[in-house]
Amino acid sequence: MIRPVRFTDDLAHLPTHKFGPSSLTWWGIIGYMVVEGGFFALAFAAYFFLMGHEQGWPPEGWAAPDLLWGSLFTIIILLSEIPNTMIKRAAHAYDVQAIRRLMPMIVAAGAVLLIIRGVEFNALNVRWNDNAYGSIIWALLLLHTIHILTDWGDTIVLWALMMTPVGYEGRRLVDTDENALYWRYVWLLWIPIYLMIYWVPRL
Amino acid sequence: MNPEELEDLREENERLEAERARIARDGHHLNGAELHARLDRTWRRQPGLIGWLATVDHKEIGRRYIVTALIFLALGGVLSLIMRLQLARPDGHVVGAARYNELFTMHGSTMMFLFAVPIMEGVAVYIIPLMVGTRSTAFPRLNSYSYYMYLFGGLMLWVAFAFNIAPDIGWFAYTPLSGPQFSPGKRADIWAQMITFTEVSALAAAVVLVCTILKARAPGMTLSRMPLFAWAMLVVALMIIFAMPSIALCSGMLISDRLVGTQFYNHYEHGDALLWQHLFWFFGHPEVYIIFLPATGFVSVITEAFCRRPIFAYPVVVLAIISTGILAFGLWVHHMFATGLPRVGYSFYTAASMTVAIPTGLQIFCWLATMWDGRPRFQVPMLYVVGFIVTFVIGGLSGVIIAAVPLDLQLHDTYFIVAHFHYVLIGGAVFPLLGILTYWFPKITGRMMSETLGKIGFWILFLGFQLTFFPMHFAGLLGMPRRVYTYPAGMGLELPNLLSTIGAFAVATAVLLFVINGVVSYFRGALATDNPWDASSLEWATSSPPPSYNFEHIPVVASRTPLWDEKGDLPVVTGLRVDDKETLLTTVVAAIPDVREPVPEASIWPFVAACATGVFFVSSIFSPWAVPFGGIPTAIAMAAWFWPSSLKRTAEPVIA
Amino acid sequence: MMRGSGKAAASLPLLLCGCSIQHYQSTFGNAAEEARQFNTLFVIFLIVCAVMYAFVIAFLIGSIVRRRRASEANVFETGRHHATNPAMQTGLMVWGGVIGTGLIALAIASFFADRSMAQAAAHEKLSITVTANQWWWDFQYNSADVSKTLRTSNEIHLPVGVPVRIILHSNDVIHSFWVPSLAGKQDLIPGRENDISITPTKVGLYRGQCAEYCGTQHANMAFVVQVEPYADFIKWWEQGLAPARAPNAVLAKAGYQYVTTRECAMCHAIAGTTASATVGPDLTHFASNRSIAAGTLPMNQANIRRWVDDPQGVKPGTKMPKVPLAPNDLKAVVAYLETLK
Repeated sequence: MIRPVRFTDDLAHLPTHKFGPSSLTWWGIIGYMVVEGGFFALAFAAYFFLMGHEQGWPPEGWAAPDLLWGSLFTIIILLSEIPNTMIKRAAHAYDVQAIRRLMPMIVAAGAVLLIIRGVEFNALNVRWNDNAYGSIIWALLLLHTIHILTDWGDTIVLWALMMTPVGYEGRRLVDTDENALYWRYVWLLWIPIYLMIYWVPRL
Repeated sequence: MNPEELEDLREENERLEAERARIARDGHHLNGAELHARLDRTWRRQPGLIGWLATVDHKEIGRRYIVTALIFLALGGVLSLIMRLQLARPDGHVVGAARYNELFTMHGSTMMFLFAVPIMEGVAVYIIPLMVGTRSTAFPRLNSYSYYMYLFGGLMLWVAFAFNIAPDIGWFAYTPLSGPQFSPGKRADIWAQMITFTEVSALAAAVVLVCTILKARAPGMTLSRMPLFAWAMLVVALMIIFAMPSIALCSGMLISDRLVGTQFYNHYEHGDALLWQHLFWFFGHPEVYIIFLPATGFVSVITEAFCRRPIFAYPVVVLAIISTGILAFGLWVHHMFATGLPRVGYSFYTAASMTVAIPTGLQIFCWLATMWDGRPRFQVPMLYVVGFIVTFVIGGLSGVIIAAVPLDLQLHDTYFIVAHFHYVLIGGAVFPLLGILTYWFPKITGRMMSETLGKIGFWILFLGFQLTFFPMHFAGLLGMPRRVYTYPAGMGLELPNLLSTIGAFAVATAVLLFVINGVVSYFRGALATDNPWDASSLEWATSSPPPSYNFEHIPVVASRTPLWDEKGDLPVVTGLRVDDKETLLTTVVAAIPDVREPVPEASIWPFVAACATGVFFVSSIFSPWAVPFGGIPTAIAMAAWFWPSSLKRTAEPVIA
Repeated sequence: MMRGSGKAAASLPLLLCGCSIQHYQSTFGNAAEEARQFNTLFVIFLIVCAVMYAFVIAFLIGSIVRRRRASEANVFETGRHHATNPAMQTGLMVWGGVIGTGLIALAIASFFADRSMAQAAAHEKLSITVTANQWWWDFQYNSADVSKTLRTSNEIHLPVGVPVRIILHSNDVIHSFWVPSLAGKQDLIPGRENDISITPTKVGLYRGQCAEYCGTQHANMAFVVQVEPYADFIKWWEQGLAPARAPNAVLAKAGYQYVTTRECAMCHAIAGTTASATVGPDLTHFASNRSIAAGTLPMNQANIRRWVDDPQGVKPGTKMPKVPLAPNDLKAVVAYLETLK
């Protein structure tokens, strides 16, 4: 520095990781959650905008999507919050062994969910190119599928990392905590989408 | 876990603890020239091409953004000269209708997406860490990725132009004209995918900036002591986060209508052409404030330095920036006054569009009050501030005029609007930008720009600008619509168009002079000291140009104008690592030191991931199968980005 | 090609009025109630905005001039950089108040103008349905008696002093209907019905142009509005309802044969003949129009020939294909078209 300096506090004692809003990556994840949330909010707006043009929804001649697979998906994803919360707690407790045991459950749940999702697309009773109603519900389902897919990918990579020695580093446990936070966001966002695809057309 | 493993773990932890005690940190024991040498070895860019591609130094990335954006400014400017030549006389035959339509599409898209927003981001990425007293932006690899995505998006658009498949649907691409039925071929897809590139880039940069400004400020730099430019960029980054998803969504829906037959915009199948307009302008209106608000930050920075006093009524300016950012989201329907939506709804948007003039008007008062109370020195940056006030306010007032529905219904889609937005964008954003580039040039390059050449350039630009765009108000009133490749004689349009064309060449000359000034000064300008303008903010506390690590010790601030208020030695904190990259995180509001944060090392993966994403995006124009097949390499590249280069535990974390 | 059509388009307005700027396509035309209201409101806004601008410039000049009294400055060299003139704080609030008041006044003026324009819409006596196409205008005069509906292309007549409701449709992309001398614009959006109300107050000839970018030839999508006394307007309408007379001259007869039985009839309609397609403009009174192809060329024999021979050369991208015509056929067709008054 050009100007002479005067030393004040020494910060060597500060930690190199902390959970929650003290973590820089927490803010990054929140930032992307807001981005994606905004994206979905606008998709919802488009959904209601298109619905506002119609007398009936779905438009005359199309049936509402079958309830079975979507509801099954919803139940499983809500149940997956149980191991997810356990992982979050384990991260705060620095319990790497517990995390190594629990993460495969999330990965497995994700795989099951993706399979169900594939079946869901077929059970929508409308094709994406039939009309704007079909286009928007396919779009909502596809966007959420990308959400699941990317978080599933993130979770697999993180799980692999936790299986290595670096899994014991404090920052990795912060990553695990934040990954669990993100999984919560994925199913929270699913709830309005589920309602808009499966229940609003039945009103 | 069995007892042996537990024992191994315990031993490992003890070993690491011992190592931790031996780590070199800055402070009493390590400072001055030796500290500089070690920090530089830790932070400087690795040599060679890989080192160049892999750098995550925010100063390097910021410079790249600025240079790339200025190149796009020049390209977009050349297009406008061709357009002006075509319009200089009625029935021009410089270019035909189809080519002209490509020209205005390319001009608008280049200026809005490839110049205006990226250059603001680039300046912010360069200067914000220095201004808030830290060593790096947050997420430097994401920062690097965002630059490459921007570059690739711009290249895709211009390569398409070179191959004669440039988009010709206007920068705003209204449906159904841009849809599959009326725009066959790939032109519209190129446009829509360019949006995807630039919006991914801008969102990444926005997240980087928000996190940097909120978490990486110097100790003592509470939110109410933060420089006004940092406030402006915080609000702008948040606006990008809320606005850009809208255009990402509507352009994605357009691509899918064109590529896989969805019906979002097709009224025959229950879609709606107006859905596009709502989603586009929900982004499009905040977009112009995303371009303008950083410029208000620039004006505050320059006015403070050149009037030798802090900006008058700092809290008012902060509230004005925030309220402009929020209000900007409630105006978008004023772009749709002619579409036949319910009139009573329109009144709300008229009121909101007028209301947004109030915070801006208050900011102008504050700048003028600063000049009144201070002692202004009219060097080049301050000249641009004066030019800004004279010019931008005209644009703002013409904006108030078109906020009124009955007036807008005559003036919408005419050259009056073209005049309005160039007054606010060039007067309101480009003038301050040129001022700030002159002001921060010594910090970035270590040399001063030529004051004489700068003054000549300013006057040519200022006068040339008025000559170019003032007559356009009249052209609009005399009946000239927008986006027309020619116009008939006898309507009184000859004179305004001819004047505009002459003025355009003056503007081009001025921009060329600015570039020449920059290039020559880079090599032969007077050497700059650390603080040639005797300014007050932290970026001037380090050398010009700054060392790779920005500051030898993280500074502490106790006021809004630290370099003016700290009379003697500059207070700093100590204890950060020297042989690994580390910076300091502080709390969001009060800036209390909180966490020592390792800064990621350079990495080639952001570049590789951007290439993979680029291939993915471009090929998806041609086939939807690109989505799974392009997605997979992108996913692999991103996994490699996050995967640590070593699986050995270290005493303190290193991100490599 | 470009040169010729351009020069011709240039001379069209001159042709119409025989002199230079006539404000036939200009907000200064002031030829209808709506245009007048715009101009009044515009002047009010201009005055208020000019006053605001004068305040800003006065303050700016004052600040620049004042700097000569350096000793009074509150700058960091004197250590008084955090001090500020208390009058300035009052000034800030007054300034905010002035801006707010000015904007409220303007908003109220705008609201009243808007409301009075909407009220005019309640009294329309005449209704025209416009269908915009890439790149021409299809007009239909609506009548309770279906046999009295009149279809014209690219040109309309309006009776002075009579409010007309113009209903706006589009066949393809978004266009915008704009005759600045008469009123503001309104978009024609496919899948929606919009409307605009105009009450012309001055007899004359006015030009309108599409004001929403609609593709390649957006710049060549103009139309003409003739405002005339009510009696003349009724006479014009009645004449318009008359079917096209069969021609007598040999050449024109041959042209009639061609047009009604060959390619032309696939897209065009001519009342009183077998040609009744509505894809392209109605040609029943083609030769009475002031221009060809929506303002692209002025109406004269040479231009008719140019257009029919090679529409793509005159207006590249137009929907009318180039039909290769033998020279005799071309002469005949042109001769026939000239009779369609």
